[in-house]
Amino acid sequence: MSSTRELPATPAPTASSGIKGKSVRRGDTVFRGLSRIAGIAILLTMSLIALFLVWRSIPSFTVNTANFFTTSEWFPDQTPPVFGIAALAFGTLMTSIIAMILAVPVGIGVALFISHYAHRRMSAILAFSTDLLAAVPSIIFGMWGLEFLTPHMQGLGQWLNDYLGFIPIFRNDLGQYSKSIFIAGVVLAIMILPTISALSREVFTQVPRGNIEASLALGATRWEMVRQAIFPFAKPGMISAAMLGLGRALGETIAVALILSASNSINWHFTEPGGNTFAANIALRWNEAGSTGLSALIASGLVLFIITLVVNVVARGIISRHAEFRGGN
Amino acid sequence: MAKRIDVADLDIYYGSFKAVENVTLAVEPRSVTAFIGPSGCGKSSVLRTLNRLHEVIPGAYITGKVLLDGEDIYSADVDPVNVRRTIGMVFQRPNPFPTMTIRENVTAGLTLDGARRSKAELEQVVEKSLRGANLWDEVKDRLDRPGAGLSGGQQQRLCIARAIAVEPQVLLMDEPCSALDPISTLAIEDLIEQLKLNFTIVIVTHNMQQAARVSETTAFFNLPAIGQPGRLVEIAPTEQIFSNPGEQATEDYISGRFG
Amino acid sequence: MATVGSGKFERSTSLLQDALAGRRLPRWGVGAVGLTSLLAAYLLNVLTVVDGVAGTFLVAVLLFVIGQTGWSFTVEGRRHAVDRLATTTVYAAFLIAVTPLVAVLGTVLVKGFPVFSAQFFTTSMRNVSPRSEGGGLYHALIGTLEQVGLAALIGVPIGVLAAVYLVEYAPEAKSRRLSSAISFFVDVMTGVPSVVIGLFIYTAFILTLGLPRSGFAASLALAILMLPVIVRTTEEMLRLVPRDLRESSLALGIPRWKTILKVVLPTALGGIITGAMLSIARVAGETAPLLLTTFLSQSINSNPFKGPQAALPTFIWDQFTSGTDASRARAWGGALTLIVLIMILYAGAKVIARLTGAKKS
Ligand SMILES: Nc1ncnc2c1ncn2[C@@H]1O[C@H](COP(=O)(O)OP(=O)(O)OP(=O)(O)O)[C@@H](O)[C@H]1O
Ligand SMILES: [Mg+2]
Repeated sequence: MSSTRELPATPAPTASSGIKGKSVRRGDTVFRGLSRIAGIAILLTMSLIALFLVWRSIPSFTVNTANFFTTSEWFPDQTPPVFGIAALAFGTLMTSIIAMILAVPVGIGVALFISHYAHRRMSAILAFSTDLLAAVPSIIFGMWGLEFLTPHMQGLGQWLNDYLGFIPIFRNDLGQYSKSIFIAGVVLAIMILPTISALSREVFTQVPRGNIEASLALGATRWEMVRQAIFPFAKPGMISAAMLGLGRALGETIAVALILSASNSINWHFTEPGGNTFAANIALRWNEAGSTGLSALIASGLVLFIITLVVNVVARGIISRHAEFRGGN
Repeated sequence: MAKRIDVADLDIYYGSFKAVENVTLAVEPRSVTAFIGPSGCGKSSVLRTLNRLHEVIPGAYITGKVLLDGEDIYSADVDPVNVRRTIGMVFQRPNPFPTMTIRENVTAGLTLDGARRSKAELEQVVEKSLRGANLWDEVKDRLDRPGAGLSGGQQQRLCIARAIAVEPQVLLMDEPCSALDPISTLAIEDLIEQLKLNFTIVIVTHNMQQAARVSETTAFFNLPAIGQPGRLVEIAPTEQIFSNPGEQATEDYISGRFG
Repeated sequence: MATVGSGKFERSTSLLQDALAGRRLPRWGVGAVGLTSLLAAYLLNVLTVVDGVAGTFLVAVLLFVIGQTGWSFTVEGRRHAVDRLATTTVYAAFLIAVTPLVAVLGTVLVKGFPVFSAQFFTTSMRNVSPRSEGGGLYHALIGTLEQVGLAALIGVPIGVLAAVYLVEYAPEAKSRRLSSAISFFVDVMTGVPSVVIGLFIYTAFILTLGLPRSGFAASLALAILMLPVIVRTTEEMLRLVPRDLRESSLALGIPRWKTILKVVLPTALGGIITGAMLSIARVAGETAPLLLTTFLSQSINSNPFKGPQAALPTFIWDQFTSGTDASRARAWGGALTLIVLIMILYAGAKVIARLTGAKKS
């Protein structure tokens, strides 16, 4: 190497080495402060949601002449006001349960198919298209459920009534099969399917290769491997995926509002028209509500908020306990 | 105006874990000082305290003194940003900023410190620094291509160019060749030979031959036992360390009788 | 048992493979059972024992499952029979899931496309009665673009900054209480139903602050809905930026905030933009919060801060619930438009992710 190479000139000598100075820079303080405020804004928003819902629902509680929890009727703008969430809770719970019964096994099956049964190229495409399903707005599911699914469910409803009619939930005394809790449940199932399958797929692909290969090396069939290696590892993840799906189903508004007609009654014949949910009730009665009516709807929203909060916190709890359990890495 | 560094009674902590204790050493200006020692003995930690990069790790702190030409870089009225500007650093794995071109990489330290500089001035710095890093001839035709598109050895020299572009007094290098092939390693070692004419250089290396080739002074660090803090065993002229070490541990390590 | 008779079933190329193969169903077995069950179901259909396409198909599947499992059980043994049953079930689950996807998209396409015309995209519903044909969704398209744009303008900076706090600043804070609280609330926020967010905006801004119902109120609701997704994806992307990169920037004497702004965020930019676009796509179709915070409107209002403003979801809702043939057709047209818009956002997210961020040689 030559020694004539040009080198960066050293800076002119200064009295001090120039390392002194204020160590707190305005840019740093400002940026740090801004990002902290953004974080706090999220905390604040969540707290304000709870606060405002409570505050604005109080008026309806004070004027209600019926028991809020056990009454089915919804006449808050009558004098005297009579309303309660019994029918709403019933409808919300039943539609969500139907959705879960249908969507959880199918969603886990889809996740298994994509993660361990389909070819790799294929599974990328499939994963993408189920994600796409998640992007379809719920109002479109509602319209589809009403115009496309309802006529196609007629036959099934009749069949259930004919052969399983001795069980109350399958019985249909009206001969009408539209606008039912059952159809709402099926639509909800389709809507939460992508959530459940995407989350379970994620945990399925996280199963260590070692576990899978160890199982296969013992001569297990693919299904035995799934049961020995995948399900035990992924169980908490599957449970929380189901819980998050449940959270979605409980709060789904517009699809259910389109399918159900707001009739606040408790009817165990799921294939008959009728039924209502918290969320659908809010959307359907919003524009006709007077001031007590609005307050009552806000009160029902508060109940929904609390229910979904509990479901989500439990789901997260399962995930984080699981994460701790797996330890390191 | 390369500067000297004096370290006195340095203890290094990561939270409650004491990683290194009781280091006292001097780094002479315009020379190369090599840190050697087994993995985990704290070479990188000591190096990173020299430009106050250690403290960016949450919970990390030190006790003791680090003097730059007699001035305590940990005193309260010192700005760590200025310290790092004065004492540059090159990392083990070449890491040019992935979103920047070669040119932008070199000038990053200048354009992002807030001071305005003219285009011509920046052009000059780019050429000077890239020449200084022995990279100019290889990249002068593609300064506007991404820095990540260079070979590993070129990327490392780009990182060196980036570090010397801000005209530091001291250059710290943490195993700068360990991710490189032998030819790139040789290029970097040549470069260090030249750089020491203008800079004070401290280099961490696992490669004993490299330490022997490039450094004037060698410091040997060791772990007395697993879980105990690392210590400086001895610091002496490189020739002496490799021919006639003062400590048995040093001799064991150098002759490979050590784990 | 290994070699006996296996040659009859497997076209083995070597004795060893033969020995390892065991008794398995022939490769054509699955297809044969499938074909046979389809045929049998068709026969049953012709003989009017079963009717309907779906019913016939269901019977075919049932026959297939019984046939295959039974055959496998007698030839391969219980374990393989169970395995085959499980495989069939998993495939069936997948088919069951794909059917509605195809059906929904197909329905929207078939019902929505005939409505598309130049007029549909350039006029509003002003002075168009629900019964008559014509009219369009121009006003709703404007409303959606403005509301979603405003929501992004509010939600993206807050979300990104909050993620910056969580990843860059929280670890060095004295107490982790604030950051773990934020983290927890972001998680919880993901699960809050959109109708509840709509209620919140209504109570806080319209009831309490006395602001009028407007496109802006809707934007606020949408922004809250976007926030958790943006925080989470940004967080994930920031954590992928190597620590080395931050340290070499700091080692150059670049201040912390410039390091984050000019080195860390640009490196993660592709992922952050993708996350933002996906969250925008997600909220673009939200209906419930809009119903509570904007009035329906039939005319063009390009000022989101004043007066009722339409949006695609509320347009669809309004037209669909009006219930005439013409209005329902318009609703499907709106639905197709909305899906196309969302697909464009998705595709845009992919393209932008590819174009920005780390420069490749
Ligand atoms: N970020 C950190 N947090 C906690 N402990 C750390 C951290 N970095 C290093 N340590 C610990 O400090 C001690 C010294 O580590 P250091 O990286 O300085 O060693 P080293 O000599 O550079 O090793 P190597 O030759 O492998 O690079 C080790 O025990 C290490 O586990
Ligand atoms: Mg090291």
